[in-house]
Amino acid sequence: MSFLDRLCDWFTSGANWTGSNGIPVLFGRQLELSVAVVLTALVIGGGIGVVFGHTGRGGLVAVNAANAFRAVPTLALLTLLAIQPSISLKWGGFLASWIALTALAIPPILTNTYVGMREVDADVRDAAKAVGLTGGQVLRRVEAPLAAPFVMAGVRTASIEVVATSTLAAYVSYSDLGTYVISGLNTQNTVLSVAGALLVGVMAGLVALGLGLLTRAVTPVPLRSRLRLRIGGGPAVAAAET
Amino acid sequence: MGANPFFRWSYVTGQWGQIQGDLVQHIELTLVAVAIGTVIAIPLAVLSWRYRILRTPVFGFASTLYIIPSLALFAVLGGVIPGGYVPPHSWFTAEVALVGYTLLILIWNTVAGLNAVPSDAREAATALGYSRTAALLRVDLPLALPYIFAGLRVATATVIGLVTVTALIGLGGLGQQITYGFNISYNTPIIVGLVLSIGLAAIADLLLVGAQRLAVPWSRADRRARIGR
Repeated sequence: MSFLDRLCDWFTSGANWTGSNGIPVLFGRQLELSVAVVLTALVIGGGIGVVFGHTGRGGLVAVNAANAFRAVPTLALLTLLAIQPSISLKWGGFLASWIALTALAIPPILTNTYVGMREVDADVRDAAKAVGLTGGQVLRRVEAPLAAPFVMAGVRTASIEVVATSTLAAYVSYSDLGTYVISGLNTQNTVLSVAGALLVGVMAGLVALGLGLLTRAVTPVPLRSRLRLRIGGGPAVAAAET
Repeated sequence: MGANPFFRWSYVTGQWGQIQGDLVQHIELTLVAVAIGTVIAIPLAVLSWRYRILRTPVFGFASTLYIIPSLALFAVLGGVIPGGYVPPHSWFTAEVALVGYTLLILIWNTVAGLNAVPSDAREAATALGYSRTAALLRVDLPLALPYIFAGLRVATATVIGLVTVTALIGLGGLGQQITYGFNISYNTPIIVGLVLSIGLAAIADLLLVGAQRLAVPWSRADRRARIGR
C-alpha cells in the first residue's frame, strides 16, 4: 500500500473524525488557541505600537526590544510555563500555551503597527492638526486608518506563525493538531505526522485568506489599489530602514 | 518548592561540559542552515526578479515551506530520509528543514532590495556600457545589500530559535537543555537554554551588523542624510 493510499485511508476513516481526539475537536482547539493568542497580542503589541507611533518618541527602542524578543525560543517558554505547578494544569493546559504563544505574536504586530504609524505623512498629520483636530482625533481619523494595512500585515504574519507554532503546544500540555504530529514522531508513524501537518496547512491557508479579506475591509478605499503589492509579501518586516 | 528553585547555579558549573557541547551544536546547525540558505536564496531571488514569470512559483514554493509547522516538517522529512528521526541522519532532516525556513525571508528581502535600487543608478550603469550581468553584480546587488543583510539578520534569529525544536529528533543544540528540564520538571536547564539562545542570537546579530558596516560603508552616510531630512 503506497504512502498516499495510507494517507487517504487515514483521512477517510470515520474513527478519526469523532471523539475527543478527532479532527474536528482538535482543529477547533487549535483555532481557539490561535485566535485567543492573536487577539491578546493585538491588544498588547498594537497598543504599544500605537502609543510609540503616535508620540514618535522611544519607538526605535520598542522596535529593537521587540526584535530581540523574536529570538526567545517558544519551546523554552512553553516548557518553562508548563512545569510551573501554578500554571501547568490551568484551563486544561490552555494558559501556559496562551502566554507562551502570545509572546511570539507580539513582535511582528508591534513592529508593523509602529512602522505603519510612522509611515503616515508628516504633512498629513500637520494638516489634520491645522484644521483643529485634537491629538485623539488625529489618531482615530487620520493615523489609524492609514496605518491599518500595516497593522493587518503584522497580524497576518503573527497569525500564520502562531497557527504553525501552536503544534508545539501539544508537546507540553494542550492537545491540538500538534498531537497528531507528535504522536507520529514518537511512533515513527509518518502518515499521522503528515496528516497533522496537512491539517495545520489547511488552517494556515484559511486564516491567511480570511485576514486578506479583513485587511481589504479595513483599508481606506483610495489605498486599496496599493494593497496587493504589500500584502503579497512574506515576512512583512524587512526592517531594512530601522 | 525547595527542590526546584528558579535557577540553580551549581547545575551550570556541574554540567558545563554538556552545555558547551549543546552550544557548539546549536552554532553548527545555525551556520550551516544560514549559509546554504543564502547560497540557494540569492540566485533564486535574482532569477525571480529578472524573469517575472518565475516569481509566482518561487514565492509559492518558499511561502509553502515557511507555513509548514517546523515540527511537522521535521516529522515528514524524517520519514522520507532513511533513519531521519534519530542522529546522525536526523542532521539532514534538520538542515533541510532549517534551510527551507530561511528561503522565504532571504528571497523576499533580496527581491525587495533589488526593487529598491534607484533607476538612475541602473540607467547610469547602462550608459557606462555595463552588460546586464555586470550591472547586476556591480550595481544592483551591492545596492541591495542593506536589504539582504536585514534578511540575514531575521533569518539567523529565526533559525536560532527553530534549532531548539530539533531536540525532538535527537539534536536541538540548546534545545536539549530545554527538553531535559521539561522531562524532569527542572527550571534551571530550561533557563540555561533560553538565556544562551537569546545571547547567541544577540551576538550573531551584532556580528551581522558589523559585517554590514564593512560591506556597505556608504549606508551610514545615507542614514545620516535620511534622519536629517
